[in-house]
This record gives sequence, C-alpha cells and structure tokens, in this order.
Amino acid sequence: MNLHEYQSKELFRSHGIPVPPGETAETAEQAVSLGDRFGYPVVVKAQVLIGGRGKAGGVKVVRDRESLEREASRILGMDIRGLAVRRVLVTPAAEIAREYYVGIVLDRRNECPLLMASPAGGIDIEEVARTTPEKILKIPLDLRGLPAYRARIAARFLDPDPAIQKQIVPILQKLVRVYRDRDASLAEINPLVVTSKGEVQALDAKVTIDDNALDRHPDLAKLRDLSAEDSGETQARESGLSYVKLDGSIGCVVNGAGLAMATMDLIQFHGGKPANFLDIGGSSNPDKVTAAMNILTADDRVRAVLFNIFGGITRCDDVARGLLTALDRLHTRIPIVIRLTGTNEREARDLLSGRGLTALSDMDEAVRAVIARAAEAA
Amino acid sequence: MSVLIGKATRVLVQGITGRDGSFHTQGMIDYGTRVVSGVTPGKGGTKVHSVPVFDTVEEAVRVTGANCSVIYVPAALAQDAIYEAVDAGIPLVVCISEGIPVRDMLEVSAYLDGKPTRLVGPNCPGLISPGSCKVGIMPGFIHKPGKVGVVSRSGTLTYEVVWQLTGAGLGQSTCIGIGGDPIVGTRFADMLALYESDPGTQAIVLIGEIGGSDEEDAAVLIRKSISKPVVAFIAGQTAPPGKRMGHAGAIVSGGSGTAQEKMARLRDAGIPVAKTPSEIPGLVSEALRPKVRTKLKLVRPKRAAKKSAPRKRARRR
Repeated sequence: MNLHEYQSKELFRSHGIPVPPGETAETAEQAVSLGDRFGYPVVVKAQVLIGGRGKAGGVKVVRDRESLEREASRILGMDIRGLAVRRVLVTPAAEIAREYYVGIVLDRRNECPLLMASPAGGIDIEEVARTTPEKILKIPLDLRGLPAYRARIAARFLDPDPAIQKQIVPILQKLVRVYRDRDASLAEINPLVVTSKGEVQALDAKVTIDDNALDRHPDLAKLRDLSAEDSGETQARESGLSYVKLDGSIGCVVNGAGLAMATMDLIQFHGGKPANFLDIGGSSNPDKVTAAMNILTADDRVRAVLFNIFGGITRCDDVARGLLTALDRLHTRIPIVIRLTGTNEREARDLLSGRGLTALSDMDEAVRAVIARAAEAA
Repeated sequence: MSVLIGKATRVLVQGITGRDGSFHTQGMIDYGTRVVSGVTPGKGGTKVHSVPVFDTVEEAVRVTGANCSVIYVPAALAQDAIYEAVDAGIPLVVCISEGIPVRDMLEVSAYLDGKPTRLVGPNCPGLISPGSCKVGIMPGFIHKPGKVGVVSRSGTLTYEVVWQLTGAGLGQSTCIGIGGDPIVGTRFADMLALYESDPGTQAIVLIGEIGGSDEEDAAVLIRKSISKPVVAFIAGQTAPPGKRMGHAGAIVSGGSGTAQEKMARLRDAGIPVAKTPSEIPGLVSEALRPKVRTKLKLVRPKRAAKKSAPRKRARRR
C-alpha cells in the first residue's frame, strides 16, 4: 500500500525525521487560508499516488495569495495519468542550498533491505543508477539496522560539511527504523535538502507498506485512500479477489496468479487485448464469481469475458455452479467463453450445457474463441 | 529418481488440525505419501485421518522419525512454525502459507544461514515426485512419473504446464513450486543444481514470472554449469509496471524485472523460451530427442576450422 506524501511525512515526523511544516487542503479556499498562515512564498503539491506529478504540472511555487488561489484550484481540477487530484499539500517554500537522495528498498537477490544514498538528489534515482551509478552509495542492512559508523560513511558521501553530516546521521538511522518497524517495502526521501539556513529536511517523502503486514499496523492500514484507486480494485480487494485493470476489451477470470498472467499474455499473443488481471484464487464461491463478473461488466470497454479455470483442488463443477448462480443474479448479455480442465471437468460440462453454455478444454482454443466473440460484439 | 522427496520421505504436517492442513493431509495420504505425524500446539494426543498429533515438532520428530515438514498454519504464525521445524533439525521444510510479511521472511532467511535445513516456499504449492511422494496441495492425478524436472514460481500455471507435458507423454521426475513471494527459501538456481545432479532428470522446465532477478540469475548459472537441456516460459509480458500481479513478488518495479528482460537473458544463454504454455511440450521433446545429426556435426569442425581461423585473426587486428 502506497502512502501519500503528506502521510509519509507525518510518519517520518512521528519517528523524529525533520520535515518542513505543511498541511493539506481539499479546496482552493482552504489552501489560501493555509498560505496566509504560513506566509508566502509557499509550494502547492498535488497528492496523488503516482510518480511524475512535477512534470505534469502538479507542483508549483507561488509568491502571493492570488497565484495560490489560481494554482490550487487548477491543481485540484487536474487529472494526473488517470488519477484525479483531490488534495494538495501546502508548505512554506524553503530556500534550498543542496539536495540529495536517500532511500531504502528491498534487495531481493541478497535478501536484505538496501540503503541507497546519492548526492544527485531531486531526480529519478533509476535514471541516476543507469547513467551515473558511481553517484549512488549502497549499504546492505542486516539485523543490526544501521550502525552509526555506516551512517557516517553515507553522510560523508553526501555532504562535505561536518555540521551537515551530523544532522544526516540520525535521519538515516531513523529512516531505517521506519522501514523496519513499520514493515515498509520502500522508504524514500527525495530530495533530502540542506536549506540556506543549514537545516537538513525531508522535502519529499514516499513510503510503501508491505500489504501482508498491514494487520499489525492498524494505524497505517486506515490511511488507505480509496478515492485514489480504481473502484474495481477496491471492490475486488473487499471481495478477496486480486484484480488489476488494464485497457483492453477482453475480461478474464482465472484461478491462480501465474495462470492469470499467462492468460493475459496469450490473449495478446493471439491478437486481442486483455482488459484486466483477475485471480479468483482457489475459491469457487458463487459470491466471488459474482463479484468478479460485477467488476468486469462495470468496465464498459469489456466486450467479452473468458473464464480460465484449471481444476486442481478447485473443482470445475463448483466453479460452474458459481458461474451459473452469478449469471442468474447478473442478467448480463456479455458473451462468455469458458475453459475448464481438471478435477470434475465432465460434471462441469454437463452443468453448463444444461444451460446452453459450452466449455472448451484447450487454453489456446478458448482464447481464440473469446477474441472472436469480442470482435463480433464490438 | 527424483530430487528432495521420494519413497524415504516421512512427512510431518504443521497445522494438521486446521481446515487446510487436515484437507491436504488426506490428499497426501491418498497419493501414497507417508504422513507420519502432525503438530498443533494444544492438540497433542489426538489423531487426524489416523495420523498422530503432537504438541511440538521436536516430540513429533523424536517419536515418528519425520524428515520433512509441511506447514499449513496462518501467515501470522508461519515464521514461528518455520523456526520450530528448523530448530528440530528437519532437513526439508515446505511452507505453503500465503501472506507472510517480508520482514518475517528476511528474519527467517538470516536465521537459516549456515543451517542444514532447506526451506521451500512460502506461498507455494509444494513439490511432488510423481508416483512416489507428494508434499503440498497440487492435484496428484495430472502428474506422471518420468524424466522432466519442473520448477516454477506459480501454482495453477505449473499444473497447466504439467498437464500438457503429461498429455504429450512427457512424465516428470520432480515438480516444485518455489513460491510467489519476494523472499523464498529455495530459488531457481538451487533447483537447477539439484536437477543437474539427479540421474533421473534429463530435461528441466523453468516457469518464471515478472519481478526480481531470479530468472536472470538462473540464465547465468545455466550457461555456466547446467549441462541438461532447459526450456523456459515467463508469465507477465502484458503486466503493467508498478502493479502487483496477485503474487507479492510479481511486480515490475523501477523498470526492472520485466518479462521481456528475463526472456532476452534466457535466450542469450541459449535457452529456448516458449511463447505460449502449449509450446513447452514440443520444445521439451525436441530437447530430449537423441541428436541424430551429431555424427554430421562431428565431421564439420575441420571445414569450420578453416573458416573460423581467418575470422579470429581479423578480430585480433
């Protein structure tokens, strides 16, 4: 789960990492009253859970009340890569002397968190890694966290001034603690700035929490911003489904994540475009099948739906029953192609054919069939 | 022949009294697996499907001689269950549980360092040596004893591929799902090395997916030290970046871990990569076919030598 910038900063603040003052506004009016309180100039920043908001014009420095009102209402009406901006962060503009990058990610190959520090701050760290990898210092973290001596090495790598290094050391150590204690999978400060007054601050913040660990962080779990995600994805999560919306016309319902990905790929391979990733898991519960169909049929780009079920522990006849119940509830007219193989395949076929539905057993054949049905329906 | 599990495997089920544990215990027994004991704290002295239940893993191992544990406990209890199995000295621990926090697995990984226990999973279907032993949740009937080793990060996609192999008459030595999480106990590289030294395995099918760099690492290892033919498939070519595709580990982040990159690295290492799952059996058959043209090839080097010699010189200049 990704946290917004203002939520990440709040989390940092509660762990003692210095962040500039700032508050959020949902209207231009609220933004102006914040600007009046902080004093100008201020920065208005769109709060969206997607990168590239600066380039999209979602971050602006304003020098007076009029321009704040204008910019805040403009940004609050924006749509950044498909996500509506519903909230802005208003924060006093600081004079920046230098800016750095610090972040912690999971190093899957070495099975440890990895602290990365770079004097090339404020820009895309992946770009730095590609073009000037020598500008990134990587410190693998172990059970000790970040010993002070290692934090000092990183601080020296970032800034030549001992007074500044002294401020950076505890920031790095606290960042490591946020990462570990709050089950983050990403904790990033980009940029970490030195102001003209010589203060080190986290000017921007990005934190991702491990979804599997949200149960032990109820305070973080309730920060989820439902308005910031696709409504289908919200509905899927609440129904215990795993769903990702894509932009094609062929909906798919599959049991198992790997098979679901392979199904999407196969749709593209045969010349179609998948509308989604959807894993119904091992369940054949009619409620889940209904929820899946509800989500897919709500997407008006979907022209046909493919069910691809490999019956193992999941029994094909159970899924068929779930599907028939779901169809009774939904009255959808979207063409459906069903592919069932494995446990109780024959029983499933009998159930479906009794209702005028045919199930195929070959995956390629089913994919070609659903593409043809989608083309007819278009 | 097989790897990791076989006729001598004596299985202990952690979480045997739970819904999943009990259900899959029956499935394993039906397949012919020797399930010798189960563990659920507080339920010692009872029985599940005639299997004796103990309060601790240590006691279960001591009394029943279990040498493999399979874990079906809820995610929040999984780390503790793994620790208990490792401390009891069990050489093979298979963790089926899904949804374990990454931090828990990082701690497990650090603890396992230098210990003799091999962990498979978590978030995996387990493993099966067709005809002799099944430890996990896969449907047994789709498998057939044979010479192909199958290693995969997925569950149902593995079943799909195995089913197609079986349909094509290609049996399997051992099929293993290593799990869909970012941190797992056994990786592609580990399994490749095991298959390489198993006389019962003649070809290997590797089923990868987006996220991480295990497939890339496998490509390097195969080029360096695997002599048996490998056929690969990678799922997730159409997955959008930054989105988790069901499995916790299936995510393209920061432009790395894409299916395209993995496929390119595997092809660079000379490994045939199937474009669709249904291409896999054909590629495996081709890899297993006795090389009839070998004799012709043996004659060639003399002619080729002449050709290649000037090329070498040219390069030196």
